[in-house]
Amino acid sequence: MKRHTIFGRGALRALAAIGLAGALLLSGCGGAAQQGQADSGSGKTERQEANELTVGIAQDLDESLDPHYSVAAGTREIMFNVFEGLLKPTPDGQLAPAIAAEAPTVSEDGLTYTFKVRKGVKFHNGQEVTADDVVWSIERCWKPADADAPLVAGLAAVQEVEKVDDETVKITLSAPNNEFLACMTLAILPMDYADQATQPVGTGPYKFVSRVAQDNAVFERFEDYWGEPASIGKVTFKIMEKAESLVLGLQSGALDVVMHLSSTQTSQLSQDEFNIEQDTMKLVQALYLNNAEAPLNDVRVRQALCYAVDKQGVIDLAFDGYGSPLGSSMYPSFSKYFDESLVDYYPHDVAKAKELLKEAGYPDGFDLEITVPSNYQPHVDAATVIAEQLKEAGINATLKKVEWATWLDEVYSGRKFQATVIGLESKDMTARALLERFQSEKSGNFINYSNSEYDELYAQAIASGDDAEQTAIYKQMLQNLTENAANVYIQDLADLVAVRKGLTGLTFYPLYVLDISKLAWEQ
Amino acid sequence: MKKNKINGYLLAGLILFGIFLVMMIIGLFYTPYSPTAMSSAEKFQGPSAAHLFGTDNFGRDIFSRALKGGITTFGIALATIAIGAAAGTLIGAVTGYFGGIVDDVLMRLNDALTAFPSFLLALVIISIVGPGKKYNVILALGIVFIPSFARVMRTAFASLRDVNYITSAKLMGAGSPRILFVHMLPNTVHTLLPALTIGFNNAVLAEASMSFLGIGVTPPDASLGYMLSEAQSMFGRAPWYALCTGMMIVLLVFGVGLIGEGLQRQSREVA
Repeated sequence: MKRHTIFGRGALRALAAIGLAGALLLSGCGGAAQQGQADSGSGKTERQEANELTVGIAQDLDESLDPHYSVAAGTREIMFNVFEGLLKPTPDGQLAPAIAAEAPTVSEDGLTYTFKVRKGVKFHNGQEVTADDVVWSIERCWKPADADAPLVAGLAAVQEVEKVDDETVKITLSAPNNEFLACMTLAILPMDYADQATQPVGTGPYKFVSRVAQDNAVFERFEDYWGEPASIGKVTFKIMEKAESLVLGLQSGALDVVMHLSSTQTSQLSQDEFNIEQDTMKLVQALYLNNAEAPLNDVRVRQALCYAVDKQGVIDLAFDGYGSPLGSSMYPSFSKYFDESLVDYYPHDVAKAKELLKEAGYPDGFDLEITVPSNYQPHVDAATVIAEQLKEAGINATLKKVEWATWLDEVYSGRKFQATVIGLESKDMTARALLERFQSEKSGNFINYSNSEYDELYAQAIASGDDAEQTAIYKQMLQNLTENAANVYIQDLADLVAVRKGLTGLTFYPLYVLDISKLAWEQ
Repeated sequence: MKKNKINGYLLAGLILFGIFLVMMIIGLFYTPYSPTAMSSAEKFQGPSAAHLFGTDNFGRDIFSRALKGGITTFGIALATIAIGAAAGTLIGAVTGYFGGIVDDVLMRLNDALTAFPSFLLALVIISIVGPGKKYNVILALGIVFIPSFARVMRTAFASLRDVNYITSAKLMGAGSPRILFVHMLPNTVHTLLPALTIGFNNAVLAEASMSFLGIGVTPPDASLGYMLSEAQSMFGRAPWYALCTGMMIVLLVFGVGLIGEGLQRQSREVA
């Protein structure tokens, strides 16, 4: 009597299993909301009609949005639109007056800088910017209440900051300093305003409206901006930590602009919908090594790693050949300091690497754990290729993928790591910003680089008043980093930006910033 | 009358599982390419005679990776289920046979373990023992799988407690361990076997989901789940990666599922 139906329980269960596997395949695809679909009539998206913009970013903002305290490049990149200093960087790498009405007058001995505060500049809270705010903001970075050293190292040269009258601020230096002016891009904030960390207030073309941790941040155009007002009314930064979510977000119409894409990602976008713009990231991507940790505390081992890694191979394999190889902590767009000859200081040479390892007492190689922040696909990809290349030299490298917060905590602050792939940028437009962190006692020296010659050179460079001499010293410092194989330098990544057709005005800076005030929808 | 006839489910399952097993055995000794060898000239190639499953974003041969990944996944699932079944059977045997206070305490502990969503529990265990190591994944999943085995086996042992041959064994002076494992255990096989096959499939899928979320195995090790998570980021450019890897998982899970169903039916028909 018992008859098997075609779809018995077993078959059903098997189907359920297939379904589950299918669900696994698709579970990454749910992130992108179907908003802002092109409306067929005008060819414009809803957001374009409303003059709004959604930008996808790969990481959450810092917990504190206080510009004087934020560390992450990704946070500064977008908060650039909210804050301004006395001076402001321009796309061609110069400094233009912002809150200062004009370029400062400098005394003949190069020690006194006098700034006129621009009239009628308003903070986002409606207050007008006064000389008091300027003095207070500079002093906050110069002599922070909670630290011994200035927050911006370049301010160490400052001797006095004083208000001359309501519109004039005078800054006196203890010695002439070529890089002091670059420090004057530090954000001017309203005096004694306490909620900077959660509800930041600046003078930029956009004002901060709100943020939802791990989800988004919203900016609105600041109508009382002193300069040329921005075009787009409301900008939402959508946080999507997965590389594929960003692509899907663009494809589905949920996002209009995404910076820092890889060629793998952009190749999935339709040419009809997006323009792909190319720039360099202005990042020093390297396999950063914990110089204090055995066996990496042996210079021969570090050099062996340098010989074992084939930079061009990394660029070809993981980045479709886009990228500029580096040999030290400086990228090519800083042409003044960039030293081409360091790029090939350690040519790819596995035999040499093995020999050095043998000399150092590791004839059979060793185990190396490379910690990578899982939300940065380019770093994960580079690390994957590097791990494979190191195998040839007998080094058994494994990857440890961690969340960004864990990376900051364990690797950057805790310095508990062996090696990591990450990109370091220059906070302001100076070589110093890239080089100061490698001083032995510097708090940002997460690789524990300790080289007395380097420290000395740095002190000399800072003390030097002559630009040519200073440049020469910086170059020596770069050489020092290369010779001692402080890190395995890889490349300055190509920065591919996907911009929805119809959006114009994307401007590149020699800094890691996205200037949304210049973006506009075509009418 | 049809005592030893293999039914259709079992046969189909054995064939599918056999295919997978043969591939794994080959993979143990031979892969067409090194599973980690990269080649910039051969990135994103579709399936072809040279690369059966195509290549990925680093030009690695997906077929070779799938063979190695399959071994990893299979190994993890097997070890997981071994832990879960061994501990679960032990708990089930003790609680089901003795009852009373032992039963109450152990089963309430068991319930407490069940109260956590299994995935969350695995996550917690992983974060305690540290991510990224194969045996940690096995340990985490193994613990997660204990409660379901314990529950099923307890019922099986409890139902045997009062049958005549056990009573006779007791009267003849057999000790508890002997009764439990010599007399009772073999008679719980019809409960244990399906539980094992279902559990095995769940373990495969659990490993896949964990690696998919980035808390399972780490590169350069490959597992099918990890490969699937890699594949999704390039689904637009290399759909064969996700499809081929997914098919491997389906092959394994479907095969074992059918075997389980077949065994269950056969024992029912015999009875």
